[in-house]
Amino acid sequence: MAVKHYTGTAKVLHWLMAILLFGLLALGSYMQDLPLSPEKLQFYSWHKWAGVSAFLLVLLRLLWRITHRPPALPETMPKLLQFAAHAGHLALYGLMLAIPLSGWLMSSAKGFQTVWFGVLPIPDLLDKNKELGDLLQTVHMSLNLLFVVVLLGHIGAALKHHFIDKDDILIRILPRHSKEN
Amino acid sequence: MKRLTLALAFAALIPIANAVEYTQIQTDKSAINFVYKQMGVAVDGKFKKFSSQLSFDPAKPTAAKASFDVELGSVDTGAPEGDQEVAGKAWFNTKAFPTARFVSGTVKALGGNKYEVAGQLSIKGKTQDVVVPATFTAQGNTGVFDGSFIIRRADFTIGEGSWAKFDIVANDVQIKFRITASSK
Repeated sequence: MAVKHYTGTAKVLHWLMAILLFGLLALGSYMQDLPLSPEKLQFYSWHKWAGVSAFLLVLLRLLWRITHRPPALPETMPKLLQFAAHAGHLALYGLMLAIPLSGWLMSSAKGFQTVWFGVLPIPDLLDKNKELGDLLQTVHMSLNLLFVVVLLGHIGAALKHHFIDKDDILIRILPRHSKEN
Repeated sequence: MKRLTLALAFAALIPIANAVEYTQIQTDKSAINFVYKQMGVAVDGKFKKFSSQLSFDPAKPTAAKASFDVELGSVDTGAPEGDQEVAGKAWFNTKAFPTARFVSGTVKALGGNKYEVAGQLSIKGKTQDVVVPATFTAQGNTGVFDGSFIIRRADFTIGEGSWAKFDIVANDVQIKFRITASSK
């Protein structure tokens, strides 16, 4: 049976964001405990620039997702697991929106405006407020921990589909092999 | 001779009669803030402690005198770890140089309520000539001086070593002040 693939655009967005989000997670968790240095400030700026970029990519991706129905899940999948798959994807999208938003609000509350690539200032919705800034920092970190958990589920599920269920769930998001076409 | 004495007496009296000399700084209504740029991001900071000696008579602005002592350890850079960092050797080195000092020189009246104060600014053992534009607004017995000027941190070796390049923290730092003073 021929594999029903995601669209090329969906694949590019998926893998581009996968790389970007892993980079953001790694940089974000690494930079926070560094002693203050020019590098630390540079990392924070890069993290914020990448975060804004990821947010815009998510919006683009949601737009694509709404206008392009992805291939259906295999009939053989139990209803409960189908529901879990949809819920998982919903959670990933929700977190991909909420995490950059919380980061942006946190930056505002801490008094450090986000200026995309050092050029385009993103307006501050919140005034400087230390308590609120600390709270939003906790929110940003908690959402990221949750994101890592859901992401591990996402990767685990993809690998289970591929190696245990031996269906085409993983294949259909991978680049097409020329022999398939 | 009598006439002359009388005239002199009058001449001396007139300014006294008109003079409102602002000398008492109201620190709770005064502020010294600054804005620095960090990778294109403007960040606000301030100095919480400073003292000043001031005498300003709007009728004789060129005779005005002002000096400010700013306690550099009272800096608020906008982030607690930044406050610690800038107290250190690479930045203010507050152990060796606890205060910054401004002493006014000539004062020019530019018309209206605008003035230009030339003076010397000393930070971290380095002294630079600065020209500070200021406006003055009188409200009864109190008067408010507002102004801002730009200094280059490198002129005072503020931010040495790994901080010396301007790609992360810009060279230009805007100093903004609002000084409220009352007359006796």
